[in-house]
Amino acid sequence: MTTAAPVIGLVALLPILASVPATAETADERVRALAAELRCVVCQNQSLLDSDADLAKDMRALIRERVAAGDPDEAIVDFLVERYGDFILLQPPFKPATWFLWLGPLAFLLLALALARTRVRRARSRRSDPDDPGAS
Amino acid sequence: MTGEIGLFALILAFGVALFQGTVPLVGAARNDANLMAVGDVSSVVLCGLVTIAIVMLGHGYVTSDFSLLNVWQNSHTLKPLIYKISGVWGNHEGSLVLWVLILAIYGAALAVFGRQVPPALRARALAIQGLIAAGFLAFSIFTSNPFARLIPVPVEGMGLNPILQDPGLAFHPPCLYMGYVGLSVAFSFAIAGLLGKEIDSTWAKLARPWVLLAWCFLTAGIALGSWWAYYELGWGGWWFWDPVENASFIPWLIATALLHSLRVAEKRDTLKAWTLLLCITGFSLSLLGTFLVRSGAITSVHTFASDPARGLFILAFLAAVTGGAFALFAVRAPRIRAEGLFEPVSREGALLLNNVFFGAAAATVLLGTLYPIFMEVAGSPPVSVGPPYYNAVFLPIAIPAIVLAAMGPAIPWKRADLPGVLHRMRFAAICAVGAAVLTGVLQRDPVPMALAGYGLAAFLAAGTVRQWLARLRPARSPRRLLRRVRSLPASAHGMALAHMGVAVLVVGVTASSTARVDVEQVMHPGEALSLARHRIEFAGVEDVEGPNYTALQGRFLVTGPGGSATTLLPERRAYLASGTATTEAAILETFVGDIYVVLGDPVADGGWGTRLTFNPLIWWIWGGAFLSVLGGAVSIAERARPRMYAAGAQSASVQPA
Repeated sequence: MTTAAPVIGLVALLPILASVPATAETADERVRALAAELRCVVCQNQSLLDSDADLAKDMRALIRERVAAGDPDEAIVDFLVERYGDFILLQPPFKPATWFLWLGPLAFLLLALALARTRVRRARSRRSDPDDPGAS
Repeated sequence: MTGEIGLFALILAFGVALFQGTVPLVGAARNDANLMAVGDVSSVVLCGLVTIAIVMLGHGYVTSDFSLLNVWQNSHTLKPLIYKISGVWGNHEGSLVLWVLILAIYGAALAVFGRQVPPALRARALAIQGLIAAGFLAFSIFTSNPFARLIPVPVEGMGLNPILQDPGLAFHPPCLYMGYVGLSVAFSFAIAGLLGKEIDSTWAKLARPWVLLAWCFLTAGIALGSWWAYYELGWGGWWFWDPVENASFIPWLIATALLHSLRVAEKRDTLKAWTLLLCITGFSLSLLGTFLVRSGAITSVHTFASDPARGLFILAFLAAVTGGAFALFAVRAPRIRAEGLFEPVSREGALLLNNVFFGAAAATVLLGTLYPIFMEVAGSPPVSVGPPYYNAVFLPIAIPAIVLAAMGPAIPWKRADLPGVLHRMRFAAICAVGAAVLTGVLQRDPVPMALAGYGLAAFLAAGTVRQWLARLRPARSPRRLLRRVRSLPASAHGMALAHMGVAVLVVGVTASSTARVDVEQVMHPGEALSLARHRIEFAGVEDVEGPNYTALQGRFLVTGPGGSATTLLPERRAYLASGTATTEAAILETFVGDIYVVLGDPVADGGWGTRLTFNPLIWWIWGGAFLSVLGGAVSIAERARPRMYAAGAQSASVQPA
């Protein structure tokens, strides 16, 4: 099993690495990062960063001002959520109404794993059946 | 006159489709060869009739016959010929006729090239195809008549949505439809097999090329769409998790799962109920995607028609098809006997785990796409489900799936020892660590995601190459090697290519999402800046005239590190017919990445807003998709040499009877 440990370690490490968020540093990067997480409320499925709509330009300018004024990211987001509701967040918040949205994927994965497990069990259990000609 | 011929052809086709949907079923039940043969003949006739209809509609577009409401709404005399032709499917009514045409082509292809399919199975499958065609023809004739007339006849048309006037769009929908509709063949095979109680490894072998074909088109269609979004929408992104993109991505995930489980059904005669379920689900999700896009239940960048009556029709059709199929499955599936036995650690187990990941991924994307609709129906305040959500929930499923893709081919059928498998992955693991270390050394401040992405890609690429070479190993001389390469089943090469494509894609995704450089600033004529070792000088803006638009064209002189000079001409177009404006990005493709230039608005002092982006290795994304499609195509070729394949299959799995 000496070769197994590095491989298992590597496989375990990959998702952890991928999920570490990048940190934004300059004011411009902070504006871009914020705008990418917010929805252009008059567009169809565009972020504030991608949109050319006038409202999106105004809102980008607003974010830029508040970043320049030294407001933390949370304060800027909270301010916009108060005005436009959760709709403006491209990443929906975790609250009772979105529990299923956030926990669903994990539930699907576990359900599919459970189904696969019963299937594998069945494929194995017939092995011990002496009448089964397929057993080797 | 042509319009009436077209409508008449559609109505006749509806009658033929009903005939095709019933008579062969009776024939198969009574084992009457003549009645079963009706399926073959009528599917060819159906294909001919729908071809006539679409040619008539195309004639209206090419000759700008504005007495046809549909042509008037979507065309214009000044439009270039290619967009007059692609305008046929650039709207709801026409795209529906294209949908039916492709369905009919698949049916006719099954009738003509499916000679090795047993008559009863073929007759039933063609009947199911006929019933689906009848449903869609009824939808077309009764709710979305493409041949409706307009009196008095207008002199000029309203023009096609300018964003759709693009070579990418001319081929994206037909390609995507070939994929979507191609899944109907898998569905028909599943229902036919369930009706005839003949689900075995032969059934899987016969169904597989059709699934592969649909999968190739679906992959190519999605890739083309993403490429189109990249250069046409002007945001420099290539995937937006847009509901319409998701509508094609969900069936793709299921089709990919299906390809893998069909392999088990074919080789080991097991996981058959599971495979059938994927056949039914895949096509049902194609229909659901159509419903979501066509009904306007989701608003999105690409929606060009929304009408509640149409949505209701598709929903009812979807309920009938899916409900019927699942009911049949529930009754018949428990009687399907699994033959092959396997241990949890085995190729079968790995492919089953692949299905777990792809199934969960499909359910996840579906959940994210439908959730805003659920919230609306429930009367809750609206929420947005955007890219950050999908990135957060999709990556944790995608990453283990890619690790599995690297390891799966190293796991033997039936029963494998885990230490042995891991030992075979040693080389790939070293490559992965090497790639991650190299990334860390080359990038001064590497993002963790970059380390993981490149490591993952190297793991998959190295694992794939190693397994492919291992299957060739007995060859010592080049001549024997060549013989060995040729004697391997084509699917072995196909799988290697397809998995390599995924590795290439992972590199492209990682590079473009972790090392992309954006510069958004006001530039004055004569001003220059440096981006990714290129000097970019803004020379100014001039007015230009296109065939059916006027544009402001920016001129950017780009000088590469080697001194090579290029001029990039991004445009802001205003289309005459509709008055809509579009942004045309200009792209310089270099080996290491794309320089992507977008012209913005003028500012008061004579400067112009600009957005300059360096997208490193972005073409690897489409290159990877192309390799995967190529892999799929190679695997289809396996069917063309059945003798060689049969020999390979026997030596691969010798089982006691």
